[in-house]
Amino acid sequence: MAQIPKSQIDNQQIIQMRSVSKFFGTFQALNEVSIDVSLGERVVVCGPSGSGKSTLIRCINQLEVHNSGTITIDGHQLDGKKNSLQVIHDNVGMVFQQFNLFPHLTVLENLTLGPVRSRNLSKSQATELAMQYLERVRIPEQAEKYPTQLSGGQQQRVAIARSLCMEPKIMLFDEPTSALDPEMINEVLDVMVELAESGMTMICVTHEMGFARRVADTMVFMDHGEIVELSETKKFFEAPDSKRCQEFLQQILPH
Amino acid sequence: MTRILLICSAALLLTACSGDWGWYVVDPTNPKGLINLKFMISGLKYTVLLSVTAIVISIVIGLLVALPGLSTNKWLRGFNRVYVELVRAVPILVMILWVYYGLPQLLGITITVFWAGVIALALSDSAFEAEIFRAGIQSIDKGQYEASHTVALGYMDTMRFIILPQAIKRILPALGNQLVYMLKMSSLVSVIGMQELTRKANELVVTEYRPLEIYTVLLLEYLLLILVVSAGVRWLERRWETDSLNK
Repeated sequence: MAQIPKSQIDNQQIIQMRSVSKFFGTFQALNEVSIDVSLGERVVVCGPSGSGKSTLIRCINQLEVHNSGTITIDGHQLDGKKNSLQVIHDNVGMVFQQFNLFPHLTVLENLTLGPVRSRNLSKSQATELAMQYLERVRIPEQAEKYPTQLSGGQQQRVAIARSLCMEPKIMLFDEPTSALDPEMINEVLDVMVELAESGMTMICVTHEMGFARRVADTMVFMDHGEIVELSETKKFFEAPDSKRCQEFLQQILPH
Repeated sequence: MTRILLICSAALLLTACSGDWGWYVVDPTNPKGLINLKFMISGLKYTVLLSVTAIVISIVIGLLVALPGLSTNKWLRGFNRVYVELVRAVPILVMILWVYYGLPQLLGITITVFWAGVIALALSDSAFEAEIFRAGIQSIDKGQYEASHTVALGYMDTMRFIILPQAIKRILPALGNQLVYMLKMSSLVSVIGMQELTRKANELVVTEYRPLEIYTVLLLEYLLLILVVSAGVRWLERRWETDSLNK
């Protein structure tokens, strides 16, 4: 794998993926995927299940280690070593479909653990930071509760706040509303819209096309581990190039 | 538990009247019986000390053996398998004899009866603790590791703050079982001369020739001890349960 010379890296391109492939056994989850994301860009990734959407973003924060190709974040190429972990920890936050809050810790402890242990913040600094982000996701009054005492929508907002407490440059969302009851989807999307408007670099895997239209700069459609369509949002919805993408949109957009 | 105690004491009183029993050897109302009874109960200290020290050590060893078993490295996993299979295959009595008589020769050291007992019990039990920890840790959802990764926690912090606190709650009943098991198995350490409950009873039998009464008291001593421990473990479980729900 050739190192990309520093000079060639556009400072604005915070994520560069080049011909990234990922195999699970013999199953190819990603097939030579390339994509660039600039600082502040909002990307929404959609596609049928099993198309590699989740694998794509999981490779960006190395929850899955890619088998070939290169991923560069903020100018640092990820090579599976300790240094690349540091790069991810400094830059990338992630929100999961199943929230993955720590059930044995209070909401506040969920938020402060990372900052205290890995960013060397004092307990009081971390608490202040945590309350600030709980304020932002509009549930400061739940700070002392345990995750199981909250609704799904509240839990997901806590999960978003927990990631924000690490003050990442990039936020990854892996179907953040798919596990939620319908009436709770909007409270989570509202928080995400606000985050997008604040200039956060975001990559969201979601089927919420209303949200996508509203915030996305770039739309990506994936199928069988490949990026089939990658275009600016307006074009994506009005005149996508690929037939497969047109069909997919017809299936999921409300009549 | 109070009910069981009542039944036991009632049985004790009833049988005291029978001609075939010789309860006088442990009858607290006569001076000789009281001395004998005190002598028997004096073993309690070592039974408890031995078991508790051994279980603490075996939990530590168990954890240190369990963690490599969960690694992706096949050599580390191999170490875990070999340790568990080997240690599990040795009978506790054999382990006690080997540690007390064999180990000092092997290493050229002297070892007290107490520490020989502790080491033997702890080693024997550590293989089971390792399996319990492995199962407990494996039962934690992998999303917890992923979330831990996203808040930049390393392996040690992830284990310490995220995985083990949750795993230990789940395996507490199994750990309680092991403590009960340990209390019972500590009776085997009497063979190398440890002055615990069983040894005291044995010595008294030799001087008093009343095995029926003395071993009956011994049996009740273990029963009582273990009922107390079980109640303690259940109380702890309940407290942790309510802790995480109603704080």
